[in-house]
Amino acid sequence: MEAGIVSWGVYLPYWRLERRAMGDAFGTGGGRGRRAVASYDEDTTSMAVEAGRRALGVPGAPASGSLFFSTPAPAYLDKTNATTVHAGLGLSPDAGAYDLCGSVRSGWATNELAALSGRGGPALAIVSDLRTGLPGSLDESQGGDGAVAILYAPEGGVTELIGRAAATDEFLDRWRVPGETGSHQWEDRFGEEAYVPLARSAFTRVLEGAGLGVGDIDHLIVTGLHTRAVASLKKALGVSADRVVPDHAALIGNLGAAQSSLELADVLERATPGQVVAMVEVADGADAVLLRTTDALPAVQAARREAGLRDVADLVGDGRSDLAYAVFLSWRGMLRREPPRRPDPERPDAPAMRRTEGWKFGFNASRCLVCGFRHLPPTRICLSCQSVDQMESERMADLRGTVATYTVDRLAFSLSPPMVGAVIDFDGGGRYRGEMTDVDPGTVVVGTRVEMTFRRLYSAEGVHNYFWKARPVPAGADAGSGGQLGSEGGQDT
Amino acid sequence: MTSTGIRDRVAIVGMGCTPFGELWDQGTNDLLTDAAVECVGSAGVAIDAIDAFWLGTLSSGQSGITLAKPLKIDYKPVTRVENFCATGSEAFRNACYAVASGAYELVMAIGVEKLKDSGYSGLTGIHKVGDGTNAALSSPAAFSFLVPAYCHKYGVDPEEMGSVLNRIAWKNHQNGAVNPRAQYRKEVSLEKIAAAPRVAGQLGVFDCSGVSDGAAAALICRAEDAHRYTDSPLYVKGLSLVAGPAAGAIDPNYDYTSFEEVVRSAADAYGQAGVTDPRAQLAMAEVHDCFTPTELVLMEDLGFAERGTAWKEVMAGTFDRDGELPVNPDGGLKSFGHPIGATGLRMLFECWLQLRRQAPPERQIATVGESGRTLGLTHNLGGGPGECVSFVGVVGTEPSD
Repeated sequence: MEAGIVSWGVYLPYWRLERRAMGDAFGTGGGRGRRAVASYDEDTTSMAVEAGRRALGVPGAPASGSLFFSTPAPAYLDKTNATTVHAGLGLSPDAGAYDLCGSVRSGWATNELAALSGRGGPALAIVSDLRTGLPGSLDESQGGDGAVAILYAPEGGVTELIGRAAATDEFLDRWRVPGETGSHQWEDRFGEEAYVPLARSAFTRVLEGAGLGVGDIDHLIVTGLHTRAVASLKKALGVSADRVVPDHAALIGNLGAAQSSLELADVLERATPGQVVAMVEVADGADAVLLRTTDALPAVQAARREAGLRDVADLVGDGRSDLAYAVFLSWRGMLRREPPRRPDPERPDAPAMRRTEGWKFGFNASRCLVCGFRHLPPTRICLSCQSVDQMESERMADLRGTVATYTVDRLAFSLSPPMVGAVIDFDGGGRYRGEMTDVDPGTVVVGTRVEMTFRRLYSAEGVHNYFWKARPVPAGADAGSGGQLGSEGGQDT
Repeated sequence: MTSTGIRDRVAIVGMGCTPFGELWDQGTNDLLTDAAVECVGSAGVAIDAIDAFWLGTLSSGQSGITLAKPLKIDYKPVTRVENFCATGSEAFRNACYAVASGAYELVMAIGVEKLKDSGYSGLTGIHKVGDGTNAALSSPAAFSFLVPAYCHKYGVDPEEMGSVLNRIAWKNHQNGAVNPRAQYRKEVSLEKIAAAPRVAGQLGVFDCSGVSDGAAAALICRAEDAHRYTDSPLYVKGLSLVAGPAAGAIDPNYDYTSFEEVVRSAADAYGQAGVTDPRAQLAMAEVHDCFTPTELVLMEDLGFAERGTAWKEVMAGTFDRDGELPVNPDGGLKSFGHPIGATGLRMLFECWLQLRRQAPPERQIATVGESGRTLGLTHNLGGGPGECVSFVGVVGTEPSD
């Protein structure tokens, strides 16, 4: 038996692009709705950290063991991206961290693998995607960016597995050669004819294996990047339309590999115990799974609300949509914008990054054991009482703070100027001076409440420089001092 | 801190200072040569007569070779020092101690910076990347943190604050306009200053010091030998440099309206020099006006104005060239320019001219000699609010009794 789901976390970026802005740019007009857009300082790895924090930050969620990460748009090849996510989440050094990257279908396998691994102890599956394509393409307008983390554990699952089925076939529907900026797709009627029978086959077999009929399904999730096949299957599988889970594509786009996890999270936020959830995904074949929700579900739903975590149904309506299309293109590397007249940033040093891993990736301060003073970054000698090497490491990433003073820096190098700088005083002590992101510069004041977010500051010589930034606490999400976004204190390193 | 100081044990007997500016036609070697030659010339000696050298530069060279090579120094000690933007003062301070210790009779402190070969505005490349976690804020951004904090603490309206900062820039441009060695020799109207494009926070282009090339040098000997070189030496009264623990960057108690490093170094230097009422005793002050809010805050930290009142004193003209206490009569970093390694020595150069009444009549300050005022102050800062080194020096024309 596979492990059940015990927690989940969804991260959707702050930015939305109105599809109309694309039509306007090309003079073609048209375009309805909007899509979620990863900011200039985000990638699939940083979004995975944000999703993971939201899953692990639910009170009562167990600390994760193994981490399985999947994305069709990995920040690195050869190097494992999951180790960055692992460090950003402050997971135990004794836990494994693995990538399953490249194809969209890997995302499905990642959840199945974590569910299997979860039998021996908590395992986290994070699927992250950053969908884009050539300017003017359907992929560009219909894709969406985001990440979803699902935590599996042997005990306390809000779901139990009923059954799984798969169907595989080799055919050319969608592909991208490494290094290409956009994907290719064969004629979509060809893909539809290939996918629909495969999905039917997997769906029928999983139901038969469980001795269930379509009428037993309370929530049907059908996902895939093949829009035509997905639309067709939603009607053809015989489940009534009111039980088909909405894809929210009009508001955020299709999250690609992360779409099925997003819709599952949406279901888990609304479902009641004892309901049957069927998931079907088409990607170079088809996969199907049947889950049943358990009596543990309401307590987790309540814990999430108490922690201030917002539901998918609300998150999809968030976001700032005054993003100019040209700015979006420059963020995706499709449009080379004149950089600030400053030297290019330098590549960070590998040994230095390893020495300060707890700070750089975990945002861990050192707290003086003698007087309690917090130091960001960590130091060995206490500023307040001068005690030497009497420090404990303390994760700050999940605490909130208040802006003590701030500035808008129009001179500093930034991939999207101006840079907003702020001095942040954390709840319970500790001061940090750094960058803000996901912020309208005109709205920052002394006293603005902020939370931390894991970002890619820049890349130089092929090295991604990850670190934490502050961002305004979304309206209504601040539980006041002590309000927390993520875990109660991850593993110190 | 116990610091007995070296009051009146050493004297400045010669100085040189190149014009500051975007000196496309002069390299580091030219600047060092010009400053050194003018300096020894003013004391009537040759470079050969100097026993040891202290060279200050942030990034225009490394090691004593940077100086020994262009000056063709004859196998003598040359020490290169660096202490951020206080580098020039640090070269001077260490040179003074070498003479006071009795190790050498005649030494030179010289500072240089060649910034304008970089191709960029503003300072670049001070910090190593390391683990990549240092916020890459620019210098104006770091100092612009002072503005909202000061307004917040003292209830100054941001618009009023804008007028105060504009007036500081205006005053320093007025002073630079009549100084032939200054980088910017034009008066700038308050309207033009106010209309300048923003660089960081509330700071506009005119709130920032000039980025420049330049060099300055001082010749130092034992006080008892001073009259061998000049009839009018400047005696060193007090020298203080402190490096803070970078507390402001990590301590929530720091409110960004003061530089504790400046307060401490001023108290130390005043103690050494016997200064008890700086506003009344000093004839002038050259302070580190890297950005206009820095000068504002320094007026309070150096004891020239009560806490929370410097903005009013600025508007009243207290620190104008013809004011009660002239501050930056040569134009300051703002208008004279700021070639890092040279700046601390350039400040001394203005004291050298003004206190000895050798500034041209059109810009000679009236406070010298007034009510017995014979002292000048130089203040040099490296780093930024909450995380800096600060130097305060006091020099005077009269030896103590």
